[in-house]
Amino acid sequence: MNMLEKVFLILLILAFATCKSDPEKRNESANFEIEQLNYQSLKPILYKNDNKTYVVNFWATWCKPCVEELPFFEKINKIKNVKVILVSLDFPDQIESRLVPFIKEKNIQSKVVMMIDPDQNSWIPKINKEWTGAIPATLIYNSNKRKFYEQSFSYEQLQKEVTKFINYENN
Amino acid sequence: MKTIKVLLIVSIVISTSAFIATNPNEGYKIGDTATDFQLKGVDGKMVSMSDYLDAKGFIVIFTCNTCPYSVRYEDRIIALDKKYKEKGFPVIAINPNDPSVSTGDNFKAMQKRAKDKGFTFPYLVDEGQKIYPQYGANKTPHVFVLNKEIDLFIVTYIGAIDNNSYDARSANIKYVEDAVEALMVGKTPQVTTTVAVGCAIKKR
Repeated sequence: MNMLEKVFLILLILAFATCKSDPEKRNESANFEIEQLNYQSLKPILYKNDNKTYVVNFWATWCKPCVEELPFFEKINKIKNVKVILVSLDFPDQIESRLVPFIKEKNIQSKVVMMIDPDQNSWIPKINKEWTGAIPATLIYNSNKRKFYEQSFSYEQLQKEVTKFINYENN
Repeated sequence: MKTIKVLLIVSIVISTSAFIATNPNEGYKIGDTATDFQLKGVDGKMVSMSDYLDAKGFIVIFTCNTCPYSVRYEDRIIALDKKYKEKGFPVIAINPNDPSVSTGDNFKAMQKRAKDKGFTFPYLVDEGQKIYPQYGANKTPHVFVLNKEIDLFIVTYIGAIDNNSYDARSANIKYVEDAVEALMVGKTPQVTTTVAVGCAIKKR
């Protein structure tokens, strides 16, 4: 193998390595698809069992208090071992016209998925039996602890709640 | 001693008020008696349930101009009224949002919406937001089907209009229609409570 071939091979490997890390940063790319889920496909996201604390926020672009608290979730997402998942309840026929432009404009870094099951009565009580169906609503959990919040958060409140989970994990 | 007594009273007052504050939306359960109201409609006239002498019950819907879910249900709300008004179960729509927080829900905007869409039912302002907390409405749209028993309004169904919030044609379980149909033949509705996504009521 000559020098040129070696360089080419290394470049090829690098290209593949970059490809592999792409899905993590997909909100940054120009064209991305948002996963459309029903309860069955959402469920694994609600019951991950690893060393992370998951913050699952139910929101929609048309929900003003939800949009107002999004920056707080973005900030929380940067904490080590905390992963924020934003579950959008936008209308399925407004993904391209509303949701995607919104995510691009706000440069949302947290993972965004969509719940497209229109029969809310079938899945809302499964997320939490106390949930009235109003948003914003947030589920925080890790392998030891889980709690559901039907409320808006200030950054301080959110940080305080998430900290309780991280500390519990460390104890 | 006096200080301790005062402290004790103060702490009791604080704890009671904190308790009330955390349970603002207790509201009605199935079988409860719903309060009548006297609220202003978009035509400027006051409306109460007791005005409807021939009514057998009511479809009370907390809804508004601004929530996308309410908008998607507007045609279905009109259809409900057209179908059941003659049969003794008229729709009464109440807008619970505070217009100082949600300007798109002010009286003028409500009048325009009712006119543009041709609402066939009263569209009322929950002036001072006194009625929705008693019912326990916590989002729009949120339906309460009431059955009139002598002169009481008994809560018989609480929840969503049907099982498809996106699209009327795809809805295959019509909760409110099923409840009213049951009441019309003197039966208890099979499904009495459902949940649905909606917009939180805008409070001052």
